Amino acid sequence: MPPMNVVVTVKQIPDPAEPGSLEGDNTLNRSGKLILDEADSYGVEMALQLVAAAGSGEVTLVSVTANGEVSGLRSALAMGADKAVLVSDDAIAGSDALGTAKVLAAAIGRVEGVDLVLCAVEASDGYTGTVAAQLSELLGLNSATFAKHVEIADGKVKVQRQTEAGFDEVVTSLPALVSVTAGVVEPRYPSFKGIMAAKNKPVDQVTLADLGLDASQVGWGGARQTITAVTPAPAREAGEKIVDEGDAHEKIVAFLEELKVI
Amino acid sequence: MTVSKIWVHAEALDGKVSTITLELLAKARELGDTVEAFYGGADAEAIAATLGAHGATTVHATGDLGGTLLGVPVAAALAAKVAAGAGPDAFLFGTTPDGRDIAGRLSAKIDRPLLSNNVELDVADGKLVATTPVFGGTVNVTTTFAGDGPAIVLARPKSFAAAESGGGAAAVQALDVPADALGGTTIVERHVEESTGPKLDEAAVVVSGGRGLGEADKYEMIETLAKLLHGAPGASRAIVDAGWVPYAYQVGQTGKVVKPTVYMACGISGATQHLVGMKGSKNIIAINKDEEAPIFGVADLGIVGDVHKVLPKLIEALQSRS
Ligand SMILES: Cc1cc2nc3c(=O)[nH]c(=O)nc-3n(C[C@H](O)[C@H](O)[C@H](O)COP(=O)(O)OP(=O)(O)OC[C@H]3O[C@@H](n4cnc5c(N)ncnc54)[C@H](O)[C@@H]3O)c2cc1C
Ligand SMILES: Nc1ncnc2c1ncn2[C@@H]1O[C@H](COP(=O)(O)O)[C@@H](O)[C@H]1O
Repeated sequence: MPPMNVVVTVKQIPDPAEPGSLEGDNTLNRSGKLILDEADSYGVEMALQLVAAAGSGEVTLVSVTANGEVSGLRSALAMGADKAVLVSDDAIAGSDALGTAKVLAAAIGRVEGVDLVLCAVEASDGYTGTVAAQLSELLGLNSATFAKHVEIADGKVKVQRQTEAGFDEVVTSLPALVSVTAGVVEPRYPSFKGIMAAKNKPVDQVTLADLGLDASQVGWGGARQTITAVTPAPAREAGEKIVDEGDAHEKIVAFLEELKVI
Repeated sequence: MTVSKIWVHAEALDGKVSTITLELLAKARELGDTVEAFYGGADAEAIAATLGAHGATTVHATGDLGGTLLGVPVAAALAAKVAAGAGPDAFLFGTTPDGRDIAGRLSAKIDRPLLSNNVELDVADGKLVATTPVFGGTVNVTTTFAGDGPAIVLARPKSFAAAESGGGAAAVQALDVPADALGGTTIVERHVEESTGPKLDEAAVVVSGGRGLGEADKYEMIETLAKLLHGAPGASRAIVDAGWVPYAYQVGQTGKVVKPTVYMACGISGATQHLVGMKGSKNIIAINKDEEAPIFGVADLGIVGDVHKVLPKLIEALQSRS
């Protein structure tokens, strides 16, 4: 089998377990330690499996961030990815999905001989869910999105693509971009050896200027949208709460009757 | 004030227009003077009457795409319209797989930003204003577009109520697809995961189960209960990821949004990502053995109890009535 070179886009995000907050300019507060978005751990695992199946090739990570953070990348390197490109630049702050896709496209352009680009369907923090489509258009690649199963054979990638009704089997030729859903594969936990090895794996740190991108194309200026209001959503009031004494089902039946559901 | 012309992405399965499309058409009528639809596929004639009855005067249809996945050909056709000065002021999509594929590619092609996951749309100063929930729906962020060119907006299903306009059938017009946009990624086979009973996102009653059920076999209680209430069974992501039920059952941020008359959460903790998908329900019943479970914060009737005790009795009580 020919070698498989896979690029995985990985987003580094604030820990979703911590309550999120907004900055004064209404962007998500991304200061402090960022972690590997769990949504992208599926792409990393998928890439590792595809390269292993091909017998040779490399997994390259690409990440875009305003604050130079690498801890999320190190987690993915510890899983077994070979190297990473980190685009870090103050001007990236405030980038929207299209701005991010432009930076990702330029960064992926630096990686040679790419057969496959893997993204997650949607990031856990913003969940715009459009970067994969935007990126494939900018790279001029065929894409198979919303994959819950991925197979590669004879220069083609076959994907089970989730739909509203079930799934479609779709096929496209390599090179291509595939966006994967959570659960497409079971991500491995990094081994101690992997964690140690990750410390010495190459991370190519580049700026927008290195990529030939103008700061006006990304960040707030490039986004061409203005946040006009941030308001608390109306909270739902809790109603009655009872402890089951063996007759809670009667309460439910009465409630359903009252609502004329039964 | 309104925007002048809006194009709505029409989606259909086996000749039946998707609910999200009807929801978008209803909203588009409030926002725009002229509402038209566009459709990737061969059977536009079959859906023109429904689209028209919901307010689209015209449907721009690509015709047969030979199984090509919609993103590339439809985005290329729309971009060509924009380039020719024949496009709308705003494109409206549902946050669906095809909607996101087409909108994403279109955004890159015509170099316009898009706003995704919106739950409310308005017009101010002749421009679209979109509202998106963040932090699990606790905060709403409202955004307007700047710069020239059409707005691209995606709205979450169930954000708007579908409503007929009483219009006649939409006129079918050709939407030309550039030849090089065909054949890149093709659909070779479709699989419809049949579920019996009402659809999850349309049912008046939804009964969902979560990890608190303990094991896959116990999900049967949820199905039985859903059937007794003429509703649909749903699930938290925890048990979808665990493989107990298919993804099509998932309610929440990355699953379906439901707004039934009654939503019953059984053994579900109420993580923000789950709440986002169901807290718009008219009435919520929750059963959880942990009295501190966040689901109780949104429940009209909260039962602090064990699903293995409450559900069998509830099923029995309902069975004895029918
Ligand atoms: C980016 C992202 C997207 C996500 N999208 C979704 C989504 O779309 N939908 C979704 O649901 N989740 C989603 N999640 C996952 C979400 O954060 C939760 O992990 C998930 O909802 C938990 O499912 P659960 O409530 O079934 O399980 P748990 O959180 O494990 O809760 C189980 C509950 O059952 C109760 N329980 C246990 N035993 C019993 C018993 N015998 N009787 C009664 N109660 C019992 C427990 O007290 C507990 O509250 C997402 C997460 C992320 C990060
Ligand atoms: N800043 C980023 N750096 C690297 N990859 C990203 C970034 N933003 C988005 N992506 C990729 O695009 C996917 C979808 O993101 P989104 O469309 O924003 O929900 C993510 O899961 C990542 O794979």
